[in-house]
Amino acid sequence: MASQKPEPIVSIVGLEKIYQGGFHALKSVDLDIHRGEIFALLGPNGAGKTTLIGIVCGLVRATGGTVIADGHDIARDYRSARAKIGLVPQELATDMFETVWHTVNFSRGLFGKPRDPVLIERILRDLSLWDKRHSKIAGLSGGMKRRVLIAKALSHEPTILFLDEPTAGVDVELRRDMWAMVRRLRDNGVTIILTTHYIEEAEEMADRIGVIDGGKIILIDEKHALMERLGRTRVTVGLATPLTALPADFADEGMALTDNGTSLTLTLTGEDDSATGAADLIKRLVAAGLDFRSVETTRSSLEDIFVDLVEKQA
Amino acid sequence: MNFFAVRAIYTFELGRTLRTLFQSLAAPVISTSLYFIVFGSAIGSRMQTIDNVSYGAFIVPGLIMLALLTESVSNASFGIYLPRFTGTIYELLSAPVSALEALMGYVGAAATKSVILGLIILGTARLFVPFEIVHPFWAAAFLILISVSFSLFGFILGLWADGFEKLQVVPIMIITPLTFLGGTFYSIKMLPPTWQTVTMFNPIVYLVNGFRWAFYGQSDVGVGFSLSMIVVFMALCVAIIAWIFKTGWRLRT
Ligand SMILES: Nc1ncnc2c1ncn2[C@@H]1O[C@H](COP(=O)(O)OP(=O)(O)O)[C@@H](O)[C@H]1O
Ligand SMILES: [Mg+2]
Repeated sequence: MASQKPEPIVSIVGLEKIYQGGFHALKSVDLDIHRGEIFALLGPNGAGKTTLIGIVCGLVRATGGTVIADGHDIARDYRSARAKIGLVPQELATDMFETVWHTVNFSRGLFGKPRDPVLIERILRDLSLWDKRHSKIAGLSGGMKRRVLIAKALSHEPTILFLDEPTAGVDVELRRDMWAMVRRLRDNGVTIILTTHYIEEAEEMADRIGVIDGGKIILIDEKHALMERLGRTRVTVGLATPLTALPADFADEGMALTDNGTSLTLTLTGEDDSATGAADLIKRLVAAGLDFRSVETTRSSLEDIFVDLVEKQA
Repeated sequence: MNFFAVRAIYTFELGRTLRTLFQSLAAPVISTSLYFIVFGSAIGSRMQTIDNVSYGAFIVPGLIMLALLTESVSNASFGIYLPRFTGTIYELLSAPVSALEALMGYVGAAATKSVILGLIILGTARLFVPFEIVHPFWAAAFLILISVSFSLFGFILGLWADGFEKLQVVPIMIITPLTFLGGTFYSIKMLPPTWQTVTMFNPIVYLVNGFRWAFYGQSDVGVGFSLSMIVVFMALCVAIIAWIFKTGWRLRT
């Protein structure tokens, strides 16, 4: 993975958006999405995620910059570019009086593809919508409507799929189904770009993560590299007898006496090496004859990293 | 050309009409029948013939025109306003569909519905009064051209409107009065000279009269002029729509 440089399937250069009324929503955004990856775009509300997706998909007009999608400029060659892209929007916008079957077939036609009932059946079955195919959309639950939007987005077999906050306000079952589907799509070669508020999800699902805040990309990295670079493991040892100063042979990097000398804290950088870090420390404590009551290991999540980053920006 | 998209939009829009078949077709047929009963039979029997055409027959082209104009405008405007209102327009905007293809789908469907409606009213009228159409080709040409151009106009209205009231205001406050004052129920020669001049500024006069010429071979105004008016109006609508799609006005933020 690291040896070969992946070729970008979406290439965004110098993207600017100033809304009517003067709000500067995107500030010179550069972003490459690699072919076949799951890319998670994280950012607080109002960061510009939906605006960015909107420009790539043709809903929002860029003020400046270029976007190339699968080799096609989204402005000059919009037909070829858009044919490759599927979008599941953040808002639940569906036709009310149409049936599920009609609306999904309509989407496929709109994107210039001939009818393919076999394919549509498979998509509906994958999304547990097959039994509802003759139902009017108005009568479906919110979760089911979201499934319909996903089915519509997949109906023309896009190679790039945008999911804008797909799991916001969605029940556990649908969220699980959705992630299973995202993985399946990725296995079939579809590139997936998603925004989410659930950072654990990005942590679990994404190959790479981008953080956007105030219209600027403040970080893009592989998830593992990110966790390694910015993640921390903290081992806290509750001491039997409080100490007034750190013993000389424990005064190595990352070690500190905390809680008024009642605990010893070791902070390790890097991704998930807590197990050996804690074990080493315990061995040393035993060897030094220092008695202790408890050992606790905590690892900073992507969420901590994210909060740190956004706070630093503010 | 994204033929599949045109077909998808066109069948989707006609499907919407079929679901509301009663409102869409029965209502105009009923109101037209009422016009015939009141104007054609009750009042018309006391009216003299106009240019050797019985009054009942005289009002047929005007009545068809009245339904055609209002229905074309409201159907086409509703067709594009609804997805803007519900937010489903995102899909059209993200699809590989040009302005021309979107127009062919939306306006094509609205115009098709108007043409069908015109023919149904024509059939209904035939039950009330006997008449022959002198220039059937030109009658069909007027029927189609007017359906298309007012559906284009309705499409613009649907893009411009930012509320349901505005959608209804234009047909009720502009199209219907202009049609009534445009010689639907009378020959403008019946008006005093000053009003005849004023009436000439009402573009619908030319449509009604062109259509009536196709039916009975006579008209208050030149038929060539009628046709040019329609074509100019149509070109203007297309130009406005092209501009809207180019700039993204009311479509893309
Ligand atoms: N149509 C619009 N006109 C003016 N400002 C807008 C418009 N759409 C979004 N914005 C502003 O742009 C910023 C980014 O919005 P958005 O892209 O929706 O953020 P996110 O999806 O990250 O929550 C927000 O401050 C929002 O208020
Ligand atoms: Mg958003």
